[in-house]
Amino acid sequence: MNNQGRTTRIGEQADAQHKTFTGARALEANEPLIFEFGRNDVTGVDIDAPGAFTARLGALAREGAPDLPGLTEPEAVRHYVRLSRMNYSIDAGLFPLGSCTMKHNPRLNEKMARLPGFADIHPLQPQSTARGALALMDQLSHWLLELTGMDAVALTPKAGAHGELCGMMAIKAAIVARGEAEQRRVVLVPDSAHGTNPATAALIGFEVRAVPAGADGLVRAEAVRAALGPDVAAIMLTNPNTCGLFEREVVAIAEAVHEAGAYFYADGANFNAIVGKTRPGDLGVDAMHINLHKTFSTPHGGGGPGAGPVVLSGRLAAFAPVPFLRKEGDGVALVEDRAATQAFGRMSAFHGQMGMYVRAFAYMLSHGADGLKQASEDAVLNANYIRASLRDLFSQPFGDKPCMHEVLFDESWLKDTGLSTLDFAKALIDEGYHPMTVYFPLVVKGAMLIEPTESESKASLDLFCMTMRDLALRIKRGQGEPFHSAPHFAPRARLDETRAARQPVLKWTARKPSVAAQ
Amino acid sequence: MRYLPLTQQERADMLARIGVAGIDDLFADIPKEKLLTALPDLPRRKSEMEVERLMGALAARNVAAGGVPFFCGAGAYKHHIPASVDHIIQRSEFLTSYTPYQPEIAQGTLQYLFEFQTQVARLTQMDVANASMYDGSTGCAEAVLMAHRVTRRRKAIVSGGLHPHYVETTRTVSDMAGDALVALPPDVRASEDIIAAIDKDTSCVVVQTPDVFGNLRDLAPIAAACQAQGALLIAVFTEAVSLGLVKPPGAMGADIVVGEGQSIGNALNFGGPYVGLFATRDKYVRQMPGRLAGETVDARGQRGFVLTLSTREQHIRREKATSNICTNSGLCALAFTIHMTLLGGRGLAELARVNHANAVKLAEALARVPNVEVVNRSFFNEFTLRTPGEAATLVEKMAARGVLAGVPVSRLAPNAGLDDLLIVANTEINTDDDRAAFVAALQGALAR
Repeated sequence: MNNQGRTTRIGEQADAQHKTFTGARALEANEPLIFEFGRNDVTGVDIDAPGAFTARLGALAREGAPDLPGLTEPEAVRHYVRLSRMNYSIDAGLFPLGSCTMKHNPRLNEKMARLPGFADIHPLQPQSTARGALALMDQLSHWLLELTGMDAVALTPKAGAHGELCGMMAIKAAIVARGEAEQRRVVLVPDSAHGTNPATAALIGFEVRAVPAGADGLVRAEAVRAALGPDVAAIMLTNPNTCGLFEREVVAIAEAVHEAGAYFYADGANFNAIVGKTRPGDLGVDAMHINLHKTFSTPHGGGGPGAGPVVLSGRLAAFAPVPFLRKEGDGVALVEDRAATQAFGRMSAFHGQMGMYVRAFAYMLSHGADGLKQASEDAVLNANYIRASLRDLFSQPFGDKPCMHEVLFDESWLKDTGLSTLDFAKALIDEGYHPMTVYFPLVVKGAMLIEPTESESKASLDLFCMTMRDLALRIKRGQGEPFHSAPHFAPRARLDETRAARQPVLKWTARKPSVAAQ
Repeated sequence: MRYLPLTQQERADMLARIGVAGIDDLFADIPKEKLLTALPDLPRRKSEMEVERLMGALAARNVAAGGVPFFCGAGAYKHHIPASVDHIIQRSEFLTSYTPYQPEIAQGTLQYLFEFQTQVARLTQMDVANASMYDGSTGCAEAVLMAHRVTRRRKAIVSGGLHPHYVETTRTVSDMAGDALVALPPDVRASEDIIAAIDKDTSCVVVQTPDVFGNLRDLAPIAAACQAQGALLIAVFTEAVSLGLVKPPGAMGADIVVGEGQSIGNALNFGGPYVGLFATRDKYVRQMPGRLAGETVDARGQRGFVLTLSTREQHIRREKATSNICTNSGLCALAFTIHMTLLGGRGLAELARVNHANAVKLAEALARVPNVEVVNRSFFNEFTLRTPGEAATLVEKMAARGVLAGVPVSRLAPNAGLDDLLIVANTEINTDDDRAAFVAALQGALAR
């Protein structure tokens, strides 16, 4: 066997059923790592040697070139194209990951982001030479404020969790300014929250106090009141919540929070359900991050880059971090110097995710106010259509009632079948679908959270629902045994995650025999 | 609307299947008085052509780096990106996939992250690298938090050569978390005595090389001093191409290495998205922030990759997590990996040599210009120029002459009394004509 687990002897494997000599299966390659076939003396970039010059490196020149293999362009293109074919993607199929909002990524937005006037400008070139970029940031801000009904926006956070951090820092700064830093050290977080919420609060020194949800999956104003006190700085509430439900008592919760002298942080991960329908500012929110990569469709890119601008109420606006935009003459200027402002600090170098602003703004312009509202309505309609199409076979933890943009099932319908939510999810892979979000939110046992988004046609939803029903019926008829070992048709079978964690192999090394060869 | 597939008839049929009379029945949980009755006061939908026209007009109001002699650096660098890089990262399977939570159908992403981690570890000569951070500055703040966890101390000492935005980003997190941060004043000539500042309470020392003024710093003595006091050395770089020519931080004793990876594979983008590189020693891996891809096997015995050591992370640990980070900078990491793979170690060394040579040529030309002075004793592809007046004014004057001359230090450190300093970068994109244009524009601007 060689490093890729491939036979080295002709004829050794070819006769075994379903095995190929190369390890490939038709279009699907068995692709080695670049370290296994690249050569250190090869480069795919032609660079002309400079003429003679006197180096100015002091005594800090390195010895020899870095130990990294190179590939020529044809080799590199083939390698990465082959890798790409082992990935599922929105472009290739329905991607019903609840809470993640895998909607279509318009290619126009990619084209716009690559205009040299946006892609090829430096964050520190004179502002006088980047007026268009500043105008775009200003217009994007205007749209975000208009859609949310808030007073100010901090554009710079680089992802949703980074936006949470920014919003909670603004809250902390406001509390410090009130002289209550010692007193208000607690942040209320419902059990159903994203893990980032408690992690963010803890990162900047808050204690987390859990708030239980009611039997219907909603947070009660009464429960919030019971948890509030002079020690509470803020509540972090996701709305619509992670169960796909709109928090009905949100206005009363906001009032209670404000009465207690605390702030209302809204996790805007699910803002895409309510754009054009209601405004967080009208609901009493003080800070909310907006995942541009969810609601406004900048590509997820296999796990980033995202963008997480934070909108702020008048109570927090002054504490927004630098840099921010200020009206100046008939244009805007970037304020980068903290002195003479109340800004709590800086979230990152430069001005945030400009490449994502461009994409999100192109998305907004394309949709317009009418299209954005229609997108929210279609997202909610599609989720409810799935609910209506599956409700007789699948179980809903909080009963059969309308949901927002995502529908939540639990695993009670799998009781006594010997199969788990994970088995079901893996069986869905064999049917050509990316699984839904599973085991989240944590408060629901064996959760299956399905978010179809507005990008799916009725025909696509119908086929998905028929597939879900077929799998469920197979289980109910006792034919679910193969699901234990699913997926069967994916590039890999289930992977040994325990081994990965217990004996971490986090980079390729030449001497260690590969795991496949052991 | 071109992105919304449902027809009106289909919408009606679907509402009927759901069993509601109208769409607003599905929004019934929103308090009635809070439901918007009118559309937001914003323009209506636009065709693709109209959007292109509007966006194109905005883009046209910016001066693109590729269109003029261009010398801006200070943490973001204009390099040539091979055409194949941008082509591959736009493949649907990379562009429109999610964080690889279902590894059976995400091996493409997981394998390139594993390659990325290996490349970063080798480039920095460290044991292990993560699957990337948002950017260099946020990585720097995370590195300091990590050092506090490792050492159980809460005081960081920050070099005056660290990029001021990195200092501010790190200070913001430190202040909010209630940790101590001692930042030495901006150190243009790399003459500070940071070793004297290290004591038994020091958790970590943060030093950038090449520093923000372009000076190369020898980390070895600082590493030794850190070790003697039980502190960690965090090495920072903002120009990844420098590692093709200068001694890597791992070879000088760094415990954590943080870098901005934008230079390799990623466009300037007015500051983001970029990609943070983060590497450390094996013994600290469980205190590391961010995502990690690891090798394992599948049920058929085939090699495969998964996200691993996730018990450090927020979705498992919640308030006890090592960081609140939920994503990496996946697509930018892919761009880095492809470009790095095309270069290889040999190509990177050649590229770095051209960068250095170009900077030396400009420094030599400037040595012949009266009233300006290159401050640095050593540099890679960027140096600091002392000018007779305010560098910011000079930059505006040179911009008016069609040259983007660099970054005035006052832009980064506005109240430091360093208004006469200009940070000037040269990369492989700069030609002899560009450098001649720089000198001419400088002399013209100084003459008036």
